[in-house]
Amino acid sequence: MWGSPKGEIRLGEIQNTWANRVSDKGMLYLFLLPTFILLLFLVIFPLIWSLYLSFCDYSANTANPPVFVGIRNFSFIFQQKEVWDRFIVTGKFVAMAVIVEFFLGFFIAMLLNREFYGKSVLTTLFILPMMFSPAVIGKFFRFMMDTNWGIINYILGKLFGMPKIAWTTSYEYALPSIVIADVWIWTPFIVLLSLAGLSSVPKYLYEAADVDRASGWFKFRYITLPYVAPILLLAVLFRTMDAFRFFDLVYVITEGGPGYSTQIVPFYIYKLAFSYWHTGRSCALAYILLIIIIALSNIYITYLNRLRRA
Amino acid sequence: MNEFQRRQAKNRVIVVILLVMLCVYLFPIYWMFSTATKTKLDAFSLPPKWVWRPQVENFRNVFYVGGGGALGKVKGVEVKPKPSAFLRQLGNSIIVSFISTILATFLGALSGYVFSRMKVRGKDDLLFVVLSSRMLPPIVIAIPLVMMYRALGLFDTLFGLIIMYTVFNLAFAVWMMRSFVDDIPIEYEEAALVDGYSRFQAFFRFIFPEMRVGMVATAIFSLIMTWNEFTFSLLLTGERARTAVPSIAHSLGTAGVNWGHIAAGSFLMVIPVVVFTFLLGGNLIRGFTFGAIKE
Repeated sequence: MWGSPKGEIRLGEIQNTWANRVSDKGMLYLFLLPTFILLLFLVIFPLIWSLYLSFCDYSANTANPPVFVGIRNFSFIFQQKEVWDRFIVTGKFVAMAVIVEFFLGFFIAMLLNREFYGKSVLTTLFILPMMFSPAVIGKFFRFMMDTNWGIINYILGKLFGMPKIAWTTSYEYALPSIVIADVWIWTPFIVLLSLAGLSSVPKYLYEAADVDRASGWFKFRYITLPYVAPILLLAVLFRTMDAFRFFDLVYVITEGGPGYSTQIVPFYIYKLAFSYWHTGRSCALAYILLIIIIALSNIYITYLNRLRRA
Repeated sequence: MNEFQRRQAKNRVIVVILLVMLCVYLFPIYWMFSTATKTKLDAFSLPPKWVWRPQVENFRNVFYVGGGGALGKVKGVEVKPKPSAFLRQLGNSIIVSFISTILATFLGALSGYVFSRMKVRGKDDLLFVVLSSRMLPPIVIAIPLVMMYRALGLFDTLFGLIIMYTVFNLAFAVWMMRSFVDDIPIEYEEAALVDGYSRFQAFFRFIFPEMRVGMVATAIFSLIMTWNEFTFSLLLTGERARTAVPSIAHSLGTAGVNWGHIAAGSFLMVIPVVVFTFLLGGNLIRGFTFGAIKE
């Protein structure tokens, strides 16, 4: 008997099943459809609807149907000084947070970029804050930043004899408070990306530089930096985009106050939509934000693809 | 001292500096733990108590509510502890995170495979659409979604939250899985195709099992991100389907602000994330760059 040994494939067994008759094309549709149906239903359709609403006078908490008003919402937004103020607050927040995160993160990454026992555990511990929920962390920072019984004021007072600071409730310090929480959460992101960049620098370049007795600065400027720069740019771009997307920290730390001093744009949209119920106007502003984000993410994705190919 | 010894000494000094920095940096987590395990009086005492007897009071009170906060016998009447709203919300968080993670990882694996291996018309555009769904501000989608969910009866349901989070994780999963499939040698399928398997069969028999490492990493990432998510849960749920994060942001709904409770609740939210982050290990960088940078 010429029976096939166990484990060998017999063509008939493979080919007589329905799974064998699924064509490549059929498989392609079968695999992609669920993803794109979900995207269509929960992302693209809502976006189209909110585009329509952005041209309407509409309030979601009344029974009145949307009334088409053309570009009035947009022209209204551009005329409002308050809206520009919110963009300025957002810009300040992004600038402060990203600059501090950048230098602190890169500094920590430079220190971490060497061989020592327990390196991976130490690195992961430094990365941790980024994995926590900003809303939860922000809430706790508010507790630590309390003027009278917060631990931060106590430590600053003990160590440096500083007077008590009204962190989250004063005009001067409210935005810096959010920046501090943001820095705590997102510095690890810069650490992580910087480490990836630093480890991509070929060792022999440093060895060659050592042979030539190059200075530490020279090595940093002409070997390290060129390798790390593209990844650092990516990191900064990503953080900038993020600052335009989320409002968790503002929501839990200052709730936009005092006054409007910490109302970054996404938080303002949230307020417009769900506190003042200017649904149409909030959609219009949301679309302006969306265009900014799409422009930024276009650059970001182009960069990602370039790194992928490299 | 020769060159080698000098370098080693320098390394040692830097590691000590790093350890000191780490202690300062992770102080808030220590403080969270200490506030959660101190009595109400000790939690607010300044100068702070550095030595204290750990209490589980706060954790118990986060989970169970007795009559007016008191448990045991009050005026001769037995007060039975009732599960608190937070306990239910924590349950919601677990259900919603796990189901949406499984769905997103599976669908992402399928699409990721197609995008990695097959010719798709307009592939780059489709991938861009997928990723931009992740990049756009949640609030932009949330405004029309709230209306849509109310109209469809999905508002404040676990199902509604689960499909939203599935989409939220899907973009990430597609990109991650594509990068993991890129790493699997193409010869695997070629051999199977030569043997007479259809592509579909070859995928499930040979490629899908090879993708498990990638799927685990993708799943852990999605799990953490859903667990932490704030905006959608805040806006798409009310009493019933709310998850734990917005509930903590709203002070756990207790009268007045009980920071011991908040610290205990926050600590419970943070601990699983620590465990999962260590499980992720070397895949962290890959996750945060959507698979573009591999270690």
